[in-house]
Amino acid sequence: MSVVIKVENLSKQYRLGNVGTGSMAHDVNRAWHRMRGREDPYLKIGDNNDRTIKGESNYVWALKDINFEVNHGEVLGIIGRNGAGKSTLLKILSRTTSPTTGSVKIKGRVASLLEVGTGFHPELSGRENIFLNGAILGMTRHEIKRKFDEIVDFAGVERYIDTPVKRYSSGMYVRLAFGVAAHLEPEILIVDEVLAVGDAEFQKKALGKMKDVSTKEGRTVLFVSHNMAAIKALCNKALVIDNGKVIAFTDSAEGMKIYFQSSRVKNQSVLEKSIDKNVDEFILWKTIEIRQNEVILSEIQNNLPFSILITYELKTDINGFRLFIDISDCQSLSICKTFFDEENDTGSYFKKGIYTSVLNFPENLFIEGEYIITVFAGMHGLKIFHPVNGIPVNLEVLEMGTIKRRRFENSFKGLVTLPVKWITTRTNES
Amino acid sequence: MIKETTGNIPDEQWDRIIRPGSSLLDFKLKEVWQYRDLLWLFVKRDFAAQYKQTILGPLWHFIQPVFTTLVFLLIFSKIANIPTDGIEPVLFYMSGINIWNYFSACLTATSNTFVANAGIFGKVYFPRLVIPLSTVLSNVIKFGIQFSLLLAVMVWVGIKNNSFHFGTSWLLIPVLVIMMAGLGLGLGIIISSLTTKYRDFSVLIGFAVQLLMYATPIAYPLSFLKGKSYAAWIAYNPLTPIVEAFRYALFGTGTVDISSLLYSGIVIIILLFVGLLVFSKVEKTFMDTV
Repeated sequence: MSVVIKVENLSKQYRLGNVGTGSMAHDVNRAWHRMRGREDPYLKIGDNNDRTIKGESNYVWALKDINFEVNHGEVLGIIGRNGAGKSTLLKILSRTTSPTTGSVKIKGRVASLLEVGTGFHPELSGRENIFLNGAILGMTRHEIKRKFDEIVDFAGVERYIDTPVKRYSSGMYVRLAFGVAAHLEPEILIVDEVLAVGDAEFQKKALGKMKDVSTKEGRTVLFVSHNMAAIKALCNKALVIDNGKVIAFTDSAEGMKIYFQSSRVKNQSVLEKSIDKNVDEFILWKTIEIRQNEVILSEIQNNLPFSILITYELKTDINGFRLFIDISDCQSLSICKTFFDEENDTGSYFKKGIYTSVLNFPENLFIEGEYIITVFAGMHGLKIFHPVNGIPVNLEVLEMGTIKRRRFENSFKGLVTLPVKWITTRTNES
Repeated sequence: MIKETTGNIPDEQWDRIIRPGSSLLDFKLKEVWQYRDLLWLFVKRDFAAQYKQTILGPLWHFIQPVFTTLVFLLIFSKIANIPTDGIEPVLFYMSGINIWNYFSACLTATSNTFVANAGIFGKVYFPRLVIPLSTVLSNVIKFGIQFSLLLAVMVWVGIKNNSFHFGTSWLLIPVLVIMMAGLGLGLGIIISSLTTKYRDFSVLIGFAVQLLMYATPIAYPLSFLKGKSYAAWIAYNPLTPIVEAFRYALFGTGTVDISSLLYSGIVIIILLFVGLLVFSKVEKTFMDTV
């Protein structure tokens, strides 16, 4: 197996804050050092890129000493939390920005898909945009012509091909854009989360196409996604990045496990911050926690039970106090609402004081994906306390894939699984 | 013993090596040539997108020169009584506006390259120079349309006065247009490179172009300044010889000599060289500062 991408000691430094007279002074200082043949004075400083803590200096390392190699025909999944440095890495690999130190060596033609429909012009027709977008992505006119019918067919927009793309539905737009990208023929394809758009059918199609590209056509693919199912289905290796450093470079199953462990984070502080702002005369929110295995998390495994703990202080005695949550998927479709006194129709009398309400969820209830749990409180039938639109808490459910019944096609899944058992008996012996 | 299998591949075997810096003189012009299809598509996009959902389409390009010519006629010819080198005033102003428009369009559009295209540049790599080049090319089309208007007016004036000037001097016109393109492109990419981090220049460019027009013999002939102390400063403007030569090529009158055109040519080459130098340096990291 031959190495097609070799990344050595790659680092990228960013300057935080505004560009203005202050950064001008640094530029002048940097130029002065360079003129005397010295090293850039700002390369020595710089913090780890952890956005939750306040840093010492204005410089951060988005990537620090990254090393890895990719062999021909491999599909490498790059995983990490938001802000871990995944996108910076892809940007350097696709040459939209250049590294601060280190090098990347590449063999073969690279096409990068950091976004679908780059350079699409709303006023131009589908046909014109196919050519334009294809050329931007590095195809020659001849190649595009050869692939044209295939692209139109893949996108399913034959009828609209001479209509400006601004008249397209968003689904058609995305399909057309992905169609162009999917028919590129580079040796190395770099893909960033493009599957996050479009409907389920399209996602399945796109995923299938990606699989074809890697397995049938033997190309090398670098794939960044939060979608663990997609990573699992596509990738044979995984690069796990956290705070700009590689924490694992291994096979994809192991990589996902490490990623999951690394993401057990202290996000309680984040919740507290958002709660502090919401002052109400009746209620003072204390904490909202998602717990699994006695650990506070925002990402949970779907094969273990978890609970939500809501702690709050009632400032006065309240008749008919009510606490409820809404669980929605990331398209804001409400999956369910549940009140803490579901059976009670009148509401109960609460004395002032500090309360904790716990809501226990069974294992295997959620399909993997991202959800938003919104916490509300109010007075029965009268009002909702501040904030009236609730306090949103992100919940990410990771598939830890031991359940056999989940092995369905992507399009064949609902929003939740039911914690029920089927019993089938034969009642009639004929 | 485990031997590292890949550590020793020599650099030449890699197709591409991404490093923090690169040689100063690597302008990637070969790469631009590889992307010529894209260049052409950008030209087409610029042109086509401009007239979608308009009835008159490219005819709109006639409006601006016609009205500017009328205003110039009124102010400079009728009110200020500035002579026009013996050229019919309408033609004098219109020809000046024609060539000036091309320069100012090239300059203002290319000076915005990085900021205006940050969206595309951040997502995909192609030689960045393709964008300003496509701007310069698509403006040639606009120039051509306005030039055809000028020709029509020339024919009309010619029939009226029963005199035509047409000769080998017309062959100079394409050269002059290319010089204008070079000047606009060179200045434009320098400014676009400077404005990625500090936007101060983009504030300047808007009125600088306007003022520059008055430092160029557009509304007056160079001969009008003869003997005036500031005439030399106007002559130092590298645009001056091009504009004067353009009128000379069209009408056979004007102040032109080879040395002044050569001077403009040298300035253009220096500007283009410096422009490519800073542009290719900035394009590598501008996404971090734009």
